[in-house]
Amino acid sequence: MSDTTPAAKAVHREKSGDARVAQETTAIVRPAAVSSPARTSRHRDPVGPLEFHRRKWLWAIFGMTIVLLYAPILSLMAFSFNNSKRNIVWQGFTTDYYVRAWNNASLFEAFTNSLTIAIIATVISTVIGATVAVMLWRFRFPFKAPYEGLMALPIVVPEICMGVAMLTFFNTIHWPSGGAWPLNLSAIIIAHVAFCFPFVAIVVRARLAGFNRELEEASRDLGASEWQTFRYVIVPFLKPGLVAGALLAFTLSLDDFVITFFTAGPDAITFPVKIYSMVRFSVTPEVNAASTVLILITVIATIFAVRLQAPSKAVE
Amino acid sequence: MESWKRSPLVFAILALPATFWLVVFFLLPLGFVWILSFGEKTSLVDVEITWTLANYWRALDTIYLEIIWKSVWISALATLLCLAVAYPIAFLISFLSPRMKLLMLMAIIMPFWINMLIRTYALIAVLRRNGYVNFIAEWLWNKANLVLSAVGLGEYHLLGEKFEPLPLIYNNFSLMVGLVYVFLPFMVLPLYATIERLDKSYLEASLDLGASQFRTFVSVTLPLTMPGVVSGVILVFIPCLGSFLIPDLLGGTNAQMIGNVITRQFKQANDWPFGSALSFLLMYVTFGALALRAFFAARGARRTEE
Repeated sequence: MSDTTPAAKAVHREKSGDARVAQETTAIVRPAAVSSPARTSRHRDPVGPLEFHRRKWLWAIFGMTIVLLYAPILSLMAFSFNNSKRNIVWQGFTTDYYVRAWNNASLFEAFTNSLTIAIIATVISTVIGATVAVMLWRFRFPFKAPYEGLMALPIVVPEICMGVAMLTFFNTIHWPSGGAWPLNLSAIIIAHVAFCFPFVAIVVRARLAGFNRELEEASRDLGASEWQTFRYVIVPFLKPGLVAGALLAFTLSLDDFVITFFTAGPDAITFPVKIYSMVRFSVTPEVNAASTVLILITVIATIFAVRLQAPSKAVE
Repeated sequence: MESWKRSPLVFAILALPATFWLVVFFLLPLGFVWILSFGEKTSLVDVEITWTLANYWRALDTIYLEIIWKSVWISALATLLCLAVAYPIAFLISFLSPRMKLLMLMAIIMPFWINMLIRTYALIAVLRRNGYVNFIAEWLWNKANLVLSAVGLGEYHLLGEKFEPLPLIYNNFSLMVGLVYVFLPFMVLPLYATIERLDKSYLEASLDLGASQFRTFVSVTLPLTMPGVVSGVILVFIPCLGSFLIPDLLGGTNAQMIGNVITRQFKQANDWPFGSALSFLLMYVTFGALALRAFFAARGARRTEE
């Protein structure tokens, strides 16, 4: 073909094994792709065509985005310490609003509810998610592909549809919405488990992919029972995956607003639902204070989860 | 991988909890909603399942069709804006050193982990009438007036008699800002995953052979990273379309989306059958988008094999 672009030709040449061209190309590309400490001294060089990490306009977009992403959150956190109800001009440092948020009975109750729900939902979804992950990893069975598709469904269905479904379901079967604490939270916990455990399953399965099946066989050969193999070989190997999955479930549950909004009865309020009703009326430093606490909990949990999943830690 | 028949008991123990939960607490509820969408309201609280299609027909009324149409174009525009911002970011990150890559990626994704409600609330504080942006705008307005007075133009009121706060909230603008703000990380991740895997020597070859940066981007980079673009577009478009919280808190009375209509049917209007029909329509659109993504992924995989 005569109209083949030069670029395509070059690519073709390289692919077809022209060693010289391939070598040249990698030699030119390497400085752009790898930045070593030695290169920092040469920053006054003209920017190479592939040195996109030295393009100012790209960094400008990146910087702007970071500022726009973080400025609202950071100002929210900062103004939780502001000694003013008007919430806009800095009037001095105070932790009054944390004390007030702490003493706000309904806000505190919502916060404990959220934590209780998150903890129980995390435990259940970690167990369920991990067992199904082990099952999918170990066994071959008919209709496996559709089964896996169904398992991923709670992840892809729009939140609002799932919320509506939960509301309809619990209403139709007349699930008791009252009862003593924490029984009044049961509907929310069930709903949270339903959307959390598929995420746990994904994380645990990713971890299982790196498992050496010979370890399992060796354990059986040496006379361990099914249970012993599971308990002393598979679970210890899975531990980082289990913790990462659990932390993911914890943040997902703590974060959820839409599904809880539909599932929660009148006397079972969670923190996001409470904030929602407060925000509709006004913006107060008390909400800022409570939000700051929640942000810190989430950030810490996330950092733990990410560190556990980092590739360097996966290899043991 | 062994057959389930070799140890059926272990298989059953491992499979049962998840299958039970999925069927009883997920598929069954969805089934309830599906059946309810063919129901008719007989009184304030009673619904009779008559297998009517009236609820679906009602969704085609002009008023609802307008809201559905609006949800689609608002989501599409928000997705496009996300793409425009996320592509350069993902591109830049893929050219950094491994350590920097991880750090910068974390910096972009971290906000995604923070409660969506809190992030939306944070935006309200920025955009509202007496929020931070208007505070700065007023300050600038006062300074500008001082300057004008100093040069003797003070009495003409060139900037108006009084500072008017910018209308930043409870309209389509704030809705768009909210959607882009909340869903941006969904776009960066898949884009980064594909650009990262892109063999940079293709770009080198294109540039080497005389193509301009622009030409290289249009004819080499963009086509090769198309799978990531499609993934990102769908990952942002779907939650945008189904969003309820952001239009509820940031959109005004006339900046409502399909999610708000569904919520209203269940929480205020008490017309569950119609709300069910709407939520199933939303689900069909979602599945359509996912099928489209699977189609593109399959096509992309075939191309690479060739």
